[in-house]
Amino acid sequence: MGLLSDPNRRRALISMLTRLNAPICVVCYLAGVAWFMGLAFEPFTLRTYMSENAMGSTMVEERFPAGERALATGREFAAHKNKVGGMPVDWLVKTMQDRGLEVFTQSFSRTLPFPDENKERYIVKGTNVYGILRAPRAPRTEALVLSAPCSPGDNNQAVGLLLGLAQYFRNQIYWAKDIIFLVNEHDLIGMQAWLEGYHHTNTTGMSWSPLQGRGGSIQAALTLELSSDVITSLDLVLEGLNGQLPNLDLANLFYAFCQKIGVLCTIQGKLQRNDWDSVSGYSHAVQTMMLMVMKQASGRPWGDHGLFLRYHIEAATVKGINSFRQYKTDVTTIGRLLEGMYRKLNNLLERLHQSYFFYLMPSLSHFVSIGYYMPAFGLLAVILLLRALDLWVQLATPPSRTEDGIADIDQSSPGVLSVLTPLVISHLTGVALYTLPIHFQETAVEHFPVSETEAVVLTAIAIYTAGLALPHNTHRLLSGEGTEQGWRVLKLVAVLYLAVLLGCTALINFSLGFILALTMVPLAAFVTPHVPKVLSAFILVILSPACTLLFSVFFFQELQEMPVSFQDGWLLYLSVISQGILDHSLYGSLVYPLIALLVYPCWLLFWNILFWK
Amino acid sequence: MKILTLLGLFSACFSAHSINIENSAGQFFSSGHTNNWAVLVCTSRFWFNYRHVANTLSVYRSVKRLGIPDSHIVLMLADDMACNHRNPKPATVFSHKNMELNVYGDDVEVDYRGYEVTVENFLRVLTGRLPPSTPRSKRLLSDDRSNILIYLTGHGGNGFLKFQDSEEISNVELADAFEQMWQKRRYNELLFIIDTCQGASMYERFYSPNIMALASSQVGEDSLSHQPDLAIGVHLMDRYTFYLLEFLEDIHPASKTNMNDLFKVCPKSQCVSTPGHRTDLFLRDPGSVLITDFFGSVRKVELTMEAINLTDPIKQVEENPVNGEGQKEVYSYTDQLPVSEIIHQKPKQKDWHPPDGFILGLWTLILLVFFKTYGIKHLKHIF
Repeated sequence: MGLLSDPNRRRALISMLTRLNAPICVVCYLAGVAWFMGLAFEPFTLRTYMSENAMGSTMVEERFPAGERALATGREFAAHKNKVGGMPVDWLVKTMQDRGLEVFTQSFSRTLPFPDENKERYIVKGTNVYGILRAPRAPRTEALVLSAPCSPGDNNQAVGLLLGLAQYFRNQIYWAKDIIFLVNEHDLIGMQAWLEGYHHTNTTGMSWSPLQGRGGSIQAALTLELSSDVITSLDLVLEGLNGQLPNLDLANLFYAFCQKIGVLCTIQGKLQRNDWDSVSGYSHAVQTMMLMVMKQASGRPWGDHGLFLRYHIEAATVKGINSFRQYKTDVTTIGRLLEGMYRKLNNLLERLHQSYFFYLMPSLSHFVSIGYYMPAFGLLAVILLLRALDLWVQLATPPSRTEDGIADIDQSSPGVLSVLTPLVISHLTGVALYTLPIHFQETAVEHFPVSETEAVVLTAIAIYTAGLALPHNTHRLLSGEGTEQGWRVLKLVAVLYLAVLLGCTALINFSLGFILALTMVPLAAFVTPHVPKVLSAFILVILSPACTLLFSVFFFQELQEMPVSFQDGWLLYLSVISQGILDHSLYGSLVYPLIALLVYPCWLLFWNILFWK
Repeated sequence: MKILTLLGLFSACFSAHSINIENSAGQFFSSGHTNNWAVLVCTSRFWFNYRHVANTLSVYRSVKRLGIPDSHIVLMLADDMACNHRNPKPATVFSHKNMELNVYGDDVEVDYRGYEVTVENFLRVLTGRLPPSTPRSKRLLSDDRSNILIYLTGHGGNGFLKFQDSEEISNVELADAFEQMWQKRRYNELLFIIDTCQGASMYERFYSPNIMALASSQVGEDSLSHQPDLAIGVHLMDRYTFYLLEFLEDIHPASKTNMNDLFKVCPKSQCVSTPGHRTDLFLRDPGSVLITDFFGSVRKVELTMEAINLTDPIKQVEENPVNGEGQKEVYSYTDQLPVSEIIHQKPKQKDWHPPDGFILGLWTLILLVFFKTYGIKHLKHIF
């Protein structure tokens, strides 16, 4: 007889499953965490290599000469920016036209749902200026983008370098794609307006004027952030909207050129170390990888490039960092590096697709691909499945004792209705958490002495905390109050729901899925109505998404070597929540709706289970 | 009397001289080939395969310089590098870095260009099966006295050569094409040069006589590219063809260099891969084959003031003995229907079936188990 059809064997298997469930779950959890930590260990990673044949090696001759002139242009740009008090549109248009580009402008405006206190803006109006360098002999079917955001006060050198490169590129005849030089105002908002105008979509409710000039489908884009005349290192920023990453070949290209030209290059602002076998070297790699995980999990674009990724355009941000080092690199060298990168991107025949789209980088020269990091999440998801199997077994076996008639009756009745009520109520709370903070900000501002942003954030936290009081209220609506079968059915549904939710999240944004799994899987596994109430309630609150976010904020600051005190951390936490809500309405970031509409109700279900009786 | 002897002497000398002329005419007309053809093929497209086009063009340049006219060259280039948008020096294709040598020149005649370079077109050119509308410049109009040089370059593997990133030609197909050429008397001797990775696999299957083959690398080895030019941004040439070009630059139409020197081109120290060659199908000794027999178009010209009668069939005069065996019949039809092989060969193996006894025993076992488990009473349901 087969393994599963033989009743004896089946019973033995099931009894082993129920007996060993908790130990296997603990082992899986520890294994998952250990696997994740082991990813940064260098022998387990792979060296980066160029996968795209057309880009080949770095054998081009870079001849960009005009670094000083670029700096002078940047100073002129700064002066005009101060004079106008915003973006000097006319000066930019004239300068780009002098360099032989086809110049166009786009105006846009957007009213944020509530004021953004970090960047101090509420009603945003701006203009993007972009110039197209037409390929001398090629049809206008493909384009590359070089952009620099116009921020008040800095990034002047980047705009100067952009204009200098535009002049140099204009004199070359080997361009096979159009190159678009873009200076966008109000960084991400302007970039979103430009991209929406370019691709004729309108997903975020912004109003913009249509683009007069286009350049074909964009193959790759680079954003420049440069605020000093000399730099000591170049930092590469990859994380984009919703944790999307550009193709690894773009990072490989950057690294290859850094090595060829001899510029110090970093990722996450951390230098590379060679001593991977020492403890400090390993912890350095872990820190770099955790920074990337944190940034990816936040789902916000960490540079203007982050918005390109949604349109399947590989993009990255190159930041110039000037720290206290002896060896300085001047703007001409940066120009040469960018020239080399663009010549190689020029050789592309099709979009970058040969290398990985899902990866983690513990350093700029090593990477971990999805095939290596997914088992870490898989081990955590297995815990949920084991728990679900255990509950299924418990539900299927008849109860060994029948105390009174109520248990008997409830055993035979389908538990669907009793499960539906907590589900609906939890999701309604989630919907409330999603919609109410923004809708009721005016009422809150009337009644409390807070600003709109604070009102929104505090309303969100209030609704979140109010959800904790739910179990006491929902039980009045429940028919089968406090039955043994009831909570098992609910937990089964909740565990499977969590498994599917976390699985789907991890596929798209592994970091977010993994961090949520780290906290939610243990609580999903151990919570029953029979555990000690006060302690478990405390643990459940600690492991809830909101507290995970709080701890992540502190942890992130620690990783960046800028630890904050508790008050500053709390304020930072509030601003993170407000940024998350703003990102969702401005750029379509999915982290806030995911947490509010799906993860929080799931957590509420477990809270319901805890207070089942 | 003296005049008579003088006259007799003169006539004797004269007749001897005329006999000499007859002999040397016989020698003149019985040499191997009378015309030269070249088929030069580059099979890869895309900008990063610049070097394959440069390879083919450098062989084209040598072949033209040594005398083969454009009407006798079929040049097939799968992509246009000279006018590619990415070429910083339009209308040029360089073979040496620092732009020393422009092999594109200003009188290149490309016969098959771009997407016309396909396996089908290549085989049709070789076998001559072209539609009647094909212009002369696209045909290989060789006859049984033509020496043909065939040069292939591109990306290849063990037993195949890739055309245009979408199809392949296998070594078996190529060998069969050459056999068709042999049976249709389309060549006298054929020199086959291939510069790809694992190129030696392409000539392993040849079975037609009078073919000599050279390859840039053995099976399992990659042919490497030579040097990049930083201004253009690509590799300019492959190593084997680079050194082949340097070797050919020293050849002039009157040079007497022979094939043994060609086999020494690009040793492993320069090429990193091991070039190979195959001469077992070739009837002459490679040492006696001149480079210009294939790469050039050397016309044999003998000046004479005499008149020669060509009424008698010219006796075949051998130039030098071949292997000491005496000249055997060069031309022969291959056996179309090898009857002896058919009669004596083993019966063709059908697909393997398990032996009959085994199947019978298996079914008996199944039935026994069935009846044991379910009881003999079910027997009545079957019978």
